[in-house]
Amino acid sequence: MDKSELTILLFNMMRVRRMEELCAELYTQEKIRGFLHLYIGEEAVATGVMHFLRPQDNVMATYREHGHALLKGVPAKNIMAEMFGRTEGCSGGRGGSMHLISLPHRFYGGAAIVAAGIPQTVGLALAAKRLKDNRRSICFFGEGAMAEGAFHEAMNMAALWEIPVLFCCENNLYAMGTALSRSQSQLDLTKKAENYKVAAQSVDGMNIYEVLEKTKTALDYIQREGKPYFLEFKTYRFRPHSMFDPDLYRPKEEILKWKKRCPIEFLKNDLLSKKSITLEKINELDCMVEEEMQAAISFASMGSLEPVENLERHLYENDL
Amino acid sequence: MKMTYREALREGLTHALEKNPNVFLIGEDVGAYGGTYAVTKDFLQIYGPERIMDAPLSEVGFVGIGIGAALGGMKPIVEIMTVNFSLLALDQLINSAAIFRHMSAGQLSVPLVVRMTTGGGRQLAAQHSNSFEGWLAHIPGLKILVPASVEDARSFLTFALKGNDPVLIFEHALLLNRSEEVSSEPITISPFKALIRKEGPRLSLITYGGMLPRCLEAAMDCQELGLDIEVIDLRCLRPLDDRTIFQSIKKTHRVLIVDEGWRSGSFSAEISARIMENCFYDLDAPVARLCRKEVPIPYARHLEEAAIPQMKEIKAKIQEMLK
Repeated sequence: MDKSELTILLFNMMRVRRMEELCAELYTQEKIRGFLHLYIGEEAVATGVMHFLRPQDNVMATYREHGHALLKGVPAKNIMAEMFGRTEGCSGGRGGSMHLISLPHRFYGGAAIVAAGIPQTVGLALAAKRLKDNRRSICFFGEGAMAEGAFHEAMNMAALWEIPVLFCCENNLYAMGTALSRSQSQLDLTKKAENYKVAAQSVDGMNIYEVLEKTKTALDYIQREGKPYFLEFKTYRFRPHSMFDPDLYRPKEEILKWKKRCPIEFLKNDLLSKKSITLEKINELDCMVEEEMQAAISFASMGSLEPVENLERHLYENDL
Repeated sequence: MKMTYREALREGLTHALEKNPNVFLIGEDVGAYGGTYAVTKDFLQIYGPERIMDAPLSEVGFVGIGIGAALGGMKPIVEIMTVNFSLLALDQLINSAAIFRHMSAGQLSVPLVVRMTTGGGRQLAAQHSNSFEGWLAHIPGLKILVPASVEDARSFLTFALKGNDPVLIFEHALLLNRSEEVSSEPITISPFKALIRKEGPRLSLITYGGMLPRCLEAAMDCQELGLDIEVIDLRCLRPLDDRTIFQSIKKTHRVLIVDEGWRSGSFSAEISARIMENCFYDLDAPVARLCRKEVPIPYARHLEEAAIPQMKEIKAKIQEMLK
């Protein structure tokens, strides 16, 4: 992988990180309301996977999906406007933080019902297979979703019918406040996929190189075999589950230990040590990120509110 | 020509499969078994396994796959064996199919058709005799079709597939073997309009689905007694054509609602409320209702019959109201 590609990957992780930090600030200022789930710490996963995706590829994600939307190409300004509840938002202000949707980017949004998007992505992939329209279908979900029946049903059918889906489990070890070891009898998550005869790999989700390598392997396999593939990304969220979470269920030492494995610092340091990037270049990237995000925030603040008369629009096809 | 409700459903499906290559069927036992109610017999041999997909017992999974396939440009017809099992898939229907268009400000369409058998009356006991179509009509974003006639059983699917919204079609198990005279070509009266199945000046009997034949029978019996009533077949519970109801009441001034669902918080309650809001001064008597008794449906035949409105009970109620 050449220097410029790696720089882009670093830049994308920085964009996600900064957007999330600003979201947290805007939340405390009450500019963003409702639930807000931040992706800080997990950036390497979405950044690495999305690196291989093309505009026509389908993505479904969870309620922790700001970064996924951004990396799939949804402009930061439309993401921010959505969180501000404005018509300029990618979902017209009707979805908010948990439901960023953008059909032009084939981003089918954040599902806030855990695991609901998994069978739906299998359906998207089935349609792509039948219509032969050269789209990949990728689903992101947390390890908590693997306790849901929908996960198991979808996995079985994807394997049974050879539906080419990439299942990306972002295992951040906690389903809200419940540790994986307290909610699952089988802690090796790849076994759950293998049990359905779905090829599976576990990935260090804090290491962008490994994310890239294993995702590439998975996508090549899907392309070649026309079958599904399961990736478990071991990762960690540095922030609480949501802005309401007092984070009482995790030892502070554990959080500190994982923060030392920050995926952004890891890549920065690696690139610096290999002299693949300079501090000046990193500063330049920082400025670009800041500029993009500040522009997004001012765009969102100036956004318009949908007239209440339009409340009942878009319920059915002909409600224009 | 004569046709059964089952044959009509089959003809509707055949038409859909022949007309649009993106239509496919998915559900439990739709293929090799030929459909639990033999509606899709031989379809697997005719259309192949890509279009007639036998699904494992995974309601939330295959309804979710249907939603995804609809989002992805296909026209899936999902069969949930009976309405009772639809409860396992309610999350997909309500939290996804019904909301995607609105929540995405019109970007996403879910052109999904879900067929399911509904209703009691066959001694199948409490877990196989539910009637939830009125309950599902509570959900904005869904369309709820309840074909009661053979003609409607034949044509509703075509209408459902024409649009790009999720449509649930409830096929009543007791109607499957009913045979009725139909035209050689399907009649295309929009399903979103209630139809007056029998005209009459004395009372408006409002019903739908599996209750229609027994209501019509009761009305014909009453006719012989000189009690000439009107019978309205709702055909679609959401959107509800309440104008037809109101116009009828302006003529008859009396209303009886016959609903196979339970009474409390029911679809009959919704109709009654709309009548109160719109026709209060047209009424000569309180709105009356005959509903399922508020118990789980028992197995024993006499108990089941007592729990679901029967022809004789409907007839007696009409006579009592017109005394």
